[in-house]
Amino acid sequence: MENQQEYINDLKEIKDIMNRSTRFMSLSGLSGVSAGICALIGAYFAYEHLYKIGYERNELATINVNYLILIGALTFVSAVVSSFFFTHIEAKKNGQKLWDMQVKRLVGSFLIPLGTGGILTLILVAKGFVGLAAPLTLIFYGLALVNGSKYTFSDIKSLGILEIVLGLLATQFIGFGIYFWAVGFGVLHIAYGIYMYFTNNR
Amino acid sequence: MKDLLNNLDKAFENKVRMGIMAALVVNEYLDFNSLKELLGVTDGNLASHLKNLEKVEYVSVKKEFLNRKPNTKYSATDMGKIAFKKHIKAIEDLLK
Repeated sequence: MENQQEYINDLKEIKDIMNRSTRFMSLSGLSGVSAGICALIGAYFAYEHLYKIGYERNELATINVNYLILIGALTFVSAVVSSFFFTHIEAKKNGQKLWDMQVKRLVGSFLIPLGTGGILTLILVAKGFVGLAAPLTLIFYGLALVNGSKYTFSDIKSLGILEIVLGLLATQFIGFGIYFWAVGFGVLHIAYGIYMYFTNNR
Repeated sequence: MKDLLNNLDKAFENKVRMGIMAALVVNEYLDFNSLKELLGVTDGNLASHLKNLEKVEYVSVKKEFLNRKPNTKYSATDMGKIAFKKHIKAIEDLLK
């Protein structure tokens, strides 16, 4: 019987090593919440701007689009910085390094789909397809999450699928992109962040 | 009972060796320092167990230079992966 317990412990330990060596487990739920709040603030400013000029494609002069791109870029940067901050605290608490092999793999597998989508969206926006910006960013962000979920908590995969579904749905409601954007990047992030904070980080 | 025990691989009798194989099976490769950190063992201890696994050809070694510093990459051979799976299966059978 004693032997049996020993074998069970061995198997548990093996599983733990396999997980720890491939997955980055210090992703903080709070980083999701902070990214979501950044997105909602960004969406508010974009909404204010669009509302002022009225949402019609031919009225969106280049200068206005540039302003929107600036809001988008600022939102993205502040979301990334605040997420890194909370993840850094979490990693420190777990005695993990923030820049080890697992993180490099996670960031790499995440950035390839995200970068592709970002560039494609900018090209299309420059050609005047402003309405596609929200659906496309949601879809590619979802793909990036699904791809990256192999190297961190598997819950991230279902968040990614939700973002993809939301993005595809948004293609049917061009003109309401800002609402889909706020739900996908704001509400979903906050909900998932709180969920992760109470399940994985406790 | 005797049959079941025969399926256990002698090469994995040690806990550190099991840990090394577990990590290498799920990763394309790992370097010496990541293995050391992951398993929480000393340099000498890890080196001797790696040597043992190398001798039975369960682990392959590739030395290269990273910014002029030597960097050794360890990966599990196909033979090692099969042996490890068999070993785990033997443990699971024992538990049944």
